[in-house]
Order: sequence, then structure tokens, then C-alpha cells
Amino acid sequence: MNKHLISAADLSKDDALLILDTAEELARVSERSIKKLPTLRGRTVVNLFFEDSTRTRISFEAAAKRLSADVINFSAKGSSVSKGESLKDTALTLEAMGADAVVMRHGASGAPYRLATWIKGSIVNAGDGTHEHPTQALLDAFSMRRRLGNLEGRKVTIVGDVLHSRVARSNVLLLATLGADVTLVAPPTLLPVSVDTWPCSVSYDLDSVLPKSDVVMMLRVQKERMNAAYFPSEREYSRRYGLDRDRFARMPDDAIVMHPGPMNRGMEIAAEVADSSRSTIVEQVANGVTIRMAVLYLLLGGEI
Amino acid sequence: MIIKNVRILGGDLADIRIENGVIAEIGQIAAESADEQSIDGQGAIALPGLVDLHTHLREPGREDAETVLTGTQSAARGGYTAVHAMANTMPVADTAGVVEQVWRLGQEGGYCDVQPVGAVTVGLEGKQLAELGAMADSAARVRVFSDDGKCVDDAVLMRRALEYVKAFDGVVAQHAQEPRLTSGAQMNEGVVSGRLGLTGWPAVAEEAIIARDCLLAAHVGSRLHVCHVSTAGSVEILRWAKSKGWNITAEVTPHHLLLTDELVEDSPNGPYNPIYKVNPPLRTRADVEALREALADGTIDIVATDHAPHPVEDKETEWAAAAMGMIGLETALSVVQEAMVDTGLLDWAGVAERMSLAPARIGRLSAHGNPLEVGAPANLVLYNPGVRTEVDPRGFSSKSRNTPYEGMTLPGRVVATFLRGKPTVLEGKLV
Repeated sequence: MNKHLISAADLSKDDALLILDTAEELARVSERSIKKLPTLRGRTVVNLFFEDSTRTRISFEAAAKRLSADVINFSAKGSSVSKGESLKDTALTLEAMGADAVVMRHGASGAPYRLATWIKGSIVNAGDGTHEHPTQALLDAFSMRRRLGNLEGRKVTIVGDVLHSRVARSNVLLLATLGADVTLVAPPTLLPVSVDTWPCSVSYDLDSVLPKSDVVMMLRVQKERMNAAYFPSEREYSRRYGLDRDRFARMPDDAIVMHPGPMNRGMEIAAEVADSSRSTIVEQVANGVTIRMAVLYLLLGGEI
Repeated sequence: MIIKNVRILGGDLADIRIENGVIAEIGQIAAESADEQSIDGQGAIALPGLVDLHTHLREPGREDAETVLTGTQSAARGGYTAVHAMANTMPVADTAGVVEQVWRLGQEGGYCDVQPVGAVTVGLEGKQLAELGAMADSAARVRVFSDDGKCVDDAVLMRRALEYVKAFDGVVAQHAQEPRLTSGAQMNEGVVSGRLGLTGWPAVAEEAIIARDCLLAAHVGSRLHVCHVSTAGSVEILRWAKSKGWNITAEVTPHHLLLTDELVEDSPNGPYNPIYKVNPPLRTRADVEALREALADGTIDIVATDHAPHPVEDKETEWAAAAMGMIGLETALSVVQEAMVDTGLLDWAGVAERMSLAPARIGRLSAHGNPLEVGAPANLVLYNPGVRTEVDPRGFSSKSRNTPYEGMTLPGRVVATFLRGKPTVLEGKLV
């Protein structure tokens, strides 16, 4: 394993499987009445969040605390950062406090790589701009594996705003590493111009891909994209790329529906689909804590 | 003064006598008296003093990044005897007052002539023409006008500027960047930007403006100069426009002749290192090859540095927050040797044409960019192409350190620079 987890590309197949297997073991711990392990006692994990993301921050916080780490939450709002402190000075401050790991969420793509040049601890990317969100991809893979078993050869369809999605980038890389067949579905405006160089297939037509999918992952589509002419209207997007009941019915019987949240019910996903038994959306949240425990545990070299 | 043992444009060994700032004699020369000063060139190549059509000196306004003095010292170290100071200072060089101030600062420093570029529009805002005539008539005698850093994207305004400057033989130097296509752009749009999740700066945003401007210049019969051409598509458009006989010139920067966008993802300085952030952005290997070929065949007329100093804190940030630009005066000749001469694409006469003669012609500087002949002003650089050294920015004369070449091994070394016969650099050091 690398010292940091910044991109899903940092993970070899063995690394990825080790994280997933470790998460399986830790999941058993989570089922116990006392969930806490002493593994990271005395280690300090900093949650460094430059963007509001209560869900992800709480997930990392719960993961670190269940491993008995000391957790410091540093959010940009109301801190020295909002007074114009540079990323480098924030990094040097954390370094002086002796952070063993920094979990970072930042609005600028690549910010964790910059942070890594200034601090000695491990860095876990909790989402950087429109680049990557590798623990999301790991928890997605973990959720898929729990439902479907081995991911080798499994057909995963990812639908939505791929261009601006860090979740999509990390998922494409990780799923390719794990041997799944990924197909991206989006209006052409929401795909990078170079998407043909990615290790996946691309389609503009959701209906032709759905019947062949084992997993359909819907991405959040921000309504503001409409203003920049990425698509004409919410309704049109929903009609062409939304997972409604009719489309859901055309999926194979054992295929599952995923969404990294937060959802726009009625836009990219219908409420009935999101709440169906084949949706893993709530499991994904629970699995998020488990997978982040596994990542922190392996990066910080703890012992079970 | 005699400069002994130099090879003019890489030719045979010769000596050059300089008297009263002018080249007085070329050949095998013996000292006339014991006190006549003599410098041994030790076989260095002699080129006419380099002329940069595109330099950011930052003064007035950002003296923390560079001043006219440090910028011209940096230029002298790079073999330049004249630089064109871009207009995007604070205040903007859009009045006779500002351009005269910059021009005088250059004169006072004495390291390198400073020829100010005037802004095309007031405050670089692209709304109203600046007083171009007043700048042309000022002591600074401005002939090159540019909103560099911003594109004159309004087609009517661009047409009028092209027409208006004909009255004083001026030229509009366009920063070709369609603003709507590059809103929030961070790097070249392509394979790397897609992977890195950085907003792309598509080649078409440059090419569309170049095509439009070539057509406008042809329509009104004006002179157009295209700044920092960076894509293979731009080269094709320029080749076509020049084939029509239109009065169009173009420049390429040293960094676009050597570096590619892959450095943003993978470099010794780590991914997303803003030292590689520049506008227009570093492009692909295919673009680099097309630019080299275009510079060799004359489609691109000149090399211009786009020397863009920034203080450390403006580059030690996350990518999106970092300033765009690289310094380049002190490495330009070495990079051109690496990209063009050592690859066999250009000889030293070709280098002199593209880094001295042609830029002086475009800028209408009669006292610079002259062939090294008897009677010409003694503006020259001595260059030893036979050494390779690791670039160490700590030794630079520029106030800034934002060079993408740190740690790279590049060929050649500027040994001496003479401005009107007076050495500004000797043995590689400022005089």
C-alpha cells in the first residue's frame, strides 16, 4: 500500500482486495454491541474539510473513533482559512500538531497532492474538486461485492455528470482494477472530451445499456449545470437519463441500484427506485464507515 | 575594445572591434595600443543581442515579483539587449504617462533597452480603446499594442484597433483566447485534464480567435501579431493565412517548444504542481512537434519568452488558486538550443533571425536586431553552446523563481552581453 490514498489509481488489485477483505472483518466488529477497537489509540487523525460535507466528515469521524484514534475536526468555515490563510500554512500547523493522518476534502482538484508535499503524515483524499473520491469508490465496491460477490466481469453502469464527478473518476479506476466492465452513460456534454482513453465503455443511451447491467449507479446532477448549457432542462435530463420506474423495470431482476448521495429525488432517480429493496443507498452509508476504518487501519499500520 | 575569438552566427573564428558603441571592424584584429581593452571570447558564438517581444516586468504595481531593474538584469543574463514590457501592470500601461515611466526606468537601469507595449483598451477591460496615438507619440514611441493576459475578444473593437494603429505603423499583438470557451480553464483540455479533473482550456479557444483575427487583419489591410501560439491547429491556420500574403506574424514561447501537459500529472515536482501552470497552457507532444516545425519553416516568426514572474506564495498553493506564468529570460536561449538547434531544426543564423532580427522588425526597433556587421550598433551576445548544466534558479537575476526548468539539465551558457558596446554581462555575471 502507498502511504497515501489520494487516487484510486494508487491501489493495485491486491491493495484493493486487502482493503475490501479488511473491511469485511471490521464489519463483523461493527455488529458487536461494543464497536470500538483499540487499534489506533494514541494516533491523531485530522479531518481537514474545506468544503461542507457533513456526511463524509461524520463517516470518517466515526471510523477513526471506532479505532480509538484521537480525532480533530478542522473545518475551513470560521477558521484561519476563511481569514485568508494559505493551504501551506494550514498544513504546517497540522504538521506541528503531529497529525498521523489527514483526511482532506477540498474544492480544488489535486489539493491533497499539494498537502502531501508539506506534511509527513498519511493523507486520505475525501474528495478533491472534480478529481477523485477514492473511499467512495471503495465503499461502492464493498457494497457491490456484498450483494453480488466477486466483481470480476460484472457489468457496472454509471449514469450522470461524469465530467464533474470525482465519484465517477474513482469508480472507473477502481472497478477497472477489480476487473469489472464499466459503462458510462451521460449526455455528451457531461463527459470529458478524452473519455475514450478511460478504461471503460461509453454510451449516450441509457435504455440500451440497462438490460445488460448488474449494477446501475446514478450520479447526482447539479441543477446549476443547466445554466451553463450542459442540458436544456431538468425535465429533459430526467426523461433521457433519469432512473424512473419504467427503466427500473427493464433492469435484470437481480441488478442493484446505487447512488453516492445526496440524491435529487425525481431528477436522476425516482423515489420508488431509491427506496426499493434493490437499492443499496442506505447500506452504502453504513459501509462507508467500515471501509474508512479499513483504510485508516491499513494506512496507519494498526493491529486488530 | 576588441572581442577576440568569437564565431559570428557559429561561423569561423573572428575578432570584433567596438568603438563608440558601434561595430568598427570584423576580422583578425591586433590591438592598436597596449591600453585597448580586449576580451577573449574563447570560441563562443556571437549573435546579435536578443530582442524579446513579450516580457512581463511587473513594475509598476507588483514590485514584489519583478522590477524593471531586476527584469532587465535577468534579460541581460539571458543575452537580451531589448525587451518589450507588457502592459498588464498596475496601473495598466494604457496612457502615455505609464509607458514613459517604464521606458525611463529601463534607460536608468542601463542593462537592457525597455520598449513598453501599450494596452489596446482602457484598463485591459476590452470596452474602450486606450489612447493609442498618445502612447505612440510619447517618448516611449510605442508601436506594439496588446491586452496580453486578456484577449481583445470583441470583434468590432479588434477590427478598430487593427485599423487605428496603421496611422503610426503600429501592430496589435493578440492574446488569442476565446473567453467563454475558457471560463475557469486550468490546463490544456485533453487526456490529462480529463483524468485530473481540471477544467480544460481547449485548443479551439485559441484557434478560433486566431482565425477570426487573421480574417479581420486581411479585411482591413492591417498588421497582426499573434502572441504565444500553442497548438498545432493554430499553426495550420497561420500557415494558410500567410500563404495568402497577409501581414501576420506569430510568436512561440520557449516552454511551449519543450514542455507538455503531461508534467501536470507526472513530474519530479509531484502532480498538480503549479510551477507548470501557464496561460496558454502546456499542450501535447504533437503540439510541441508542430510548433518546432513551424518555427523552423517560418510559419512562426519568432521566439518570445512571456517571462511572467510571480512571488513564491502565488505558486505554493493548490493548482486552481495558483498564478499562471513562468519566468523565461535566463533560460530562453538554452531551451531554444535544446528544442531547435540540437535537434537539427535550426542553425545559429536561424536562431538570430527568430530571437533578434525578426522581433526587432515586428517591434519596429531600428537600433536592435541588426546583423553583426561593421557600422551596426554593438548589441551582441556571446554564447557557449558546448556546456550542459543543471538549472538552478537560486543563481537567477530575476526576482522570482518560478521556472519549470529547475533541476533539468540544459545546454549552453550566455557568456557575455553587450549593449551598445558596453558589457552588461561578462563571464556569465552581471557587470
